[in-house]
Parts: sequence; C-alpha cells; structure tokens
Amino acid sequence: MIRSRSESIVGHVLLVIAALIAIYPFLAIIGQALRPAPGSHAVGVTLENFVSAWSRGGFSTSLLSSAFVAVVVVIITGVVGMLAGYGLSVLRLRWRGAIMGILLVGLVLPSEARIVPLYHMMQDLHLLNTYWALILPQVASSFSLATFWMANFFSSLPASLAEAASIDGAGSWRTLRHVYAPIGMNALATLSCLVFLYTWNEFMLALVLVPQNQTVQTAPLSLSFFAGNERNIEPEVIAAAAVLVALPVIIAYAFLQRRFMSGLLEGAIKE
Amino acid sequence: MTASTVTVAGRGVRSARPGRRPGQRLVWRNYLYLLPGFAFYAVFTLVPIVQTIRYSFYNWDGFTTATWVGLQNYIDAITDPVTRSTFGHSLIFIFFYAALPTAIGLLIVGIMNRVRIRFLTLFRTVLFLPQILATVVIAVAWRWMYAQDGPINAVLRLVGLGHFARAWLGDFATALPAVGLIGTWTMYGLCMVLFIGGVQKIPIELYEAARIDGAGALREFFAITLPGLRGEISIALVLTVTNALRNFDIIWNTTSGGPGTSTLVPSYLIYRGAFVTREVGAAAAASVLLTLLIFGITGALQTALRERK
Repeated sequence: MIRSRSESIVGHVLLVIAALIAIYPFLAIIGQALRPAPGSHAVGVTLENFVSAWSRGGFSTSLLSSAFVAVVVVIITGVVGMLAGYGLSVLRLRWRGAIMGILLVGLVLPSEARIVPLYHMMQDLHLLNTYWALILPQVASSFSLATFWMANFFSSLPASLAEAASIDGAGSWRTLRHVYAPIGMNALATLSCLVFLYTWNEFMLALVLVPQNQTVQTAPLSLSFFAGNERNIEPEVIAAAAVLVALPVIIAYAFLQRRFMSGLLEGAIKE
Repeated sequence: MTASTVTVAGRGVRSARPGRRPGQRLVWRNYLYLLPGFAFYAVFTLVPIVQTIRYSFYNWDGFTTATWVGLQNYIDAITDPVTRSTFGHSLIFIFFYAALPTAIGLLIVGIMNRVRIRFLTLFRTVLFLPQILATVVIAVAWRWMYAQDGPINAVLRLVGLGHFARAWLGDFATALPAVGLIGTWTMYGLCMVLFIGGVQKIPIELYEAARIDGAGALREFFAITLPGLRGEISIALVLTVTNALRNFDIIWNTTSGGPGTSTLVPSYLIYRGAFVTREVGAAAAASVLLTLLIFGITGALQTALRERK
C-alpha cells in the first residue's frame, strides 16, 4: 500500500506538471495580450490590444467567414455523411467492401496530395478566392470520416430496428427518416463538433485557395498574414489577435468538452 | 491498405449482416444514398489525386504547355540534396511528434496504472487543449515562448543560465529541435489521455495475479500494461506520425523553413514549388512521395501493432 501511495503522489505531481505545461503557452499569450503595447498610455491590464487587433487585422470579417464556412461544411457533411453511412451499414450493397476501401483513402490522405490540382481546378471554375473554394474541398475531405462515423453508429444498433420498420411496410427512405435519423442525432452532434473543429482550424487550403480576398479569408489565415507583418505590428496586438481566433473554439470546447474529447479520441484516425 | 484504420472508424460496420433482413433487398436504388457524398468525394478528392500523379510526370510551370519528362521529377527529388534533407527533417520530427509524446504517455501510465487518478476530468480537459487550438494560434504562441525576450529565455536568465538565451527559432543549431518540441507539446496530452483511458480497460485481475506472483512494477509494465495498450499505442503513433510528416502549418507560421533550409519540410517544398517557384511537376512528385511515405509508415505501424485475436 505504501508503494502505491508514493506512486500516486509522484504520478499526480507529474500530471500537474504536464497540465501546467499544456496550458502555459496559451496563458502566456493571454497575459501578453492584456499588457499595454509600447507607446500606449494604458497602465496595468488593458483590452486595447484586442480593439486594435479587431480593427486593424480585419478579424470581424474573417471570424464571420470562418464561422460561415465551418457551419456550411458541417451541415452538408452531416447530411451526405448520414445518407452514405445509412446506405453502407443498413442497406444491402454489392460493392460495399470496395466502396469502404475507396473511402478509406480519404481518411489518411494529406491535403498535400490534392492541393496542386485543386488550385488549378478552382482557377478553371473561377472559384478561387470565393467561399466555394473552401467549402467544396472540405466537404470532400470530411466525407470519409462522416460516413464511417455514421455507419459505425448505425450498425451498432440492433438489426430488429430495420426489420420492424420493414414489417410495417416502410421503405428504406422512411426507415431512415423516422427511425435511424432521429436515433442518430446524438452521434451526428459529436461528428459535427469534430468537423467544425477541423474546418475552423484548416490552414493550408485557405492559404492556397483564398489568399487574395480579404472578405473570404478565414480567421487562421488572417492571423497568419497579420502576424507575418511583424515589423509594423506590436507583439502584444498579435497575441490579442491569436486569442481572438482561438476564443470561439475554446468557448465551444468549454461547453461541449465531452463531445469534443470523445469525438477526437474515436475519430482520431481521421488524418 | 491498413485494415485496422477501419477498426476505429468502422469496427461495427463489418459485423453488420444486412443480408439477414428480409425487407432489405439488394437493389440499385440503395446506391442513391451514397451518391451525393460521393459526388463531392470524387470531384474534390479522387480526381485531384489522379491529377497529382499525372502532373508528377510532366515539367510544367502552371501556365504554358507541359512537357512529358517521365520519372525525371522523381529522380530529381531523390538526388537533390535539399529535397532529400526535407525528408530527413521529417524523420527527426517523427521523433519529436511521435516517439517522445508516446514515451511521455507511457511513463505516466507506467507510474499510475494502479492508482485512482483524482480530478481526471480536469486533467483530461487541460491536457487536451493543444488538440483543439488552431495550428496558427499554436505557432503564434510558441513564437512568443521562444522569442529573444520571451518566457523561456526569461527563465534561463532567472536561474543564471542567461548565456544560453537566444532566439531559439532563428538559430541554425536550435531551430529544428525547437520546432520539434512544439510538436511534442501538441501531442503528449493526447497520448496521455489515450493511454490513461486504455489502462482502465485492462482487467484488474491481470494486475492482481501479477502481484501475487510477486512481479515488480517494471515487470508489470512490460508484461501487462504495454501489451494491453497495443491498440491505443497504434492509434497514437498513426496520428502523431502523420502529423509529423505533414507539419506545414507550424513551419509556415514559425520559421518558414529557415534559417537557411534547416527546418524545411516536404509540405513546404510542395507549396513553394507549386505556387512560388512554379515547378508544378516537381511539387506533384514530392506530393506523391510524401503521400506514399505516410501510407507506408501508417500501414507498417498498424501491421506491426495489430491486436492479435
């Protein structure tokens, strides 16, 4: 028992250190953001860096752009993912194995593998620097995860569910609408958190596909450009901008942490 | 490839036996449910993959007519010392992004496998924070951490090691490990949370039996904990290794590959080739190589760590 107690103490001390290290860099930039920038007349804690970042970095537009893109991607992915997941897990398909194999590629595929042709495709379609250039590829990249996620959930349900519905004479569409979709809402909500997070944080696609249109730039991209102009901007203001970009996700995480965590752990394999 | 990637995402999918349900006939109409999603997937994922492969056999600047060069882009990629060094950097990042966080995670479960963790939810929430932050935010935060007047140098000066203080990301000797440690920071919490969850699923009887046999903590770890965590270790490694190999966002937003080419990675080279120096074919060849490397390593990891049934 004594050995166990000392293990417990050592372990908890290590956990506390690990937790402090995990949170420290974030606390450090919050601290930096709250400090008066050189040339400012403020004393002590101030919010003026946030005001300055908000107006000079154009974050009011880019945060809205990010939110718009993420919400649209979440909705479309949710719908097509639920349909495909239902098809793959409940209905009979002859080529199911092959389809799953093709989908699997999308789970592991890095953005780098398709970024070059995507750019030229969007250029040909005259979609560069529009919301569509961000929305369409990100629905495609989340589709594999969404389908496996919903298929996984639906096939964990008892088979008697579909049988009962078919005895009642319901076709596959009505079975989905009245039986599977309502039960699947919880799984869909967790999936949505995950897709929202990936879409909100996406950087490379935004950098390549919407670099020249300030009104379409996402928040991470604006932050990157803003922070890149270091010579003109005080580090305190950049820190404030970083906090602004992180804040919506942090707030969502604070309320939905269980969903985020279970989603990230189970869907960990996405990348 | 890699059947066990599906185990997480698709564990149940396989065991479902739709054939047993009398009402569910094998009809072509069932494919309609897959159609909308597959339309997106085909146009914006599958077609681009094929095109990337096609581009990689051409010499193309993105505007004028492309010329067929066969395998020349691949030969250049393999023989060019800078390109080769980027893949070398990726291997070093695998140590920082994957090996180190996994080791840290295993250390904590090795010590705590038989004690009840207090405030587990709180620890999990905090340890998970780096996972939800945008990589650009992480990069900005760490640029400040590593800055000449940042917290790390401040601590060094405080404890009298001021002569070690430097701009960590701007120094040839330290830039690569400094970026690597950002990866370690991003990933160790995930590994800890994964492994702590995994240990709780190992039957307690195994530990009791080992204790009756008089096994020490070390033997217990290697005989029970480590084999019991096989699945979690596999997930952690696949995730962290792919992140190590991609690693575009952090590099772009901290060092841009510098100083010199000391932190240049394949992803950055792909971006530069495709959009700055206009060597689209070479960039595509590097994309293909990087993708094959990711598929190869994750596949190998999963085969090596597959749970024996």
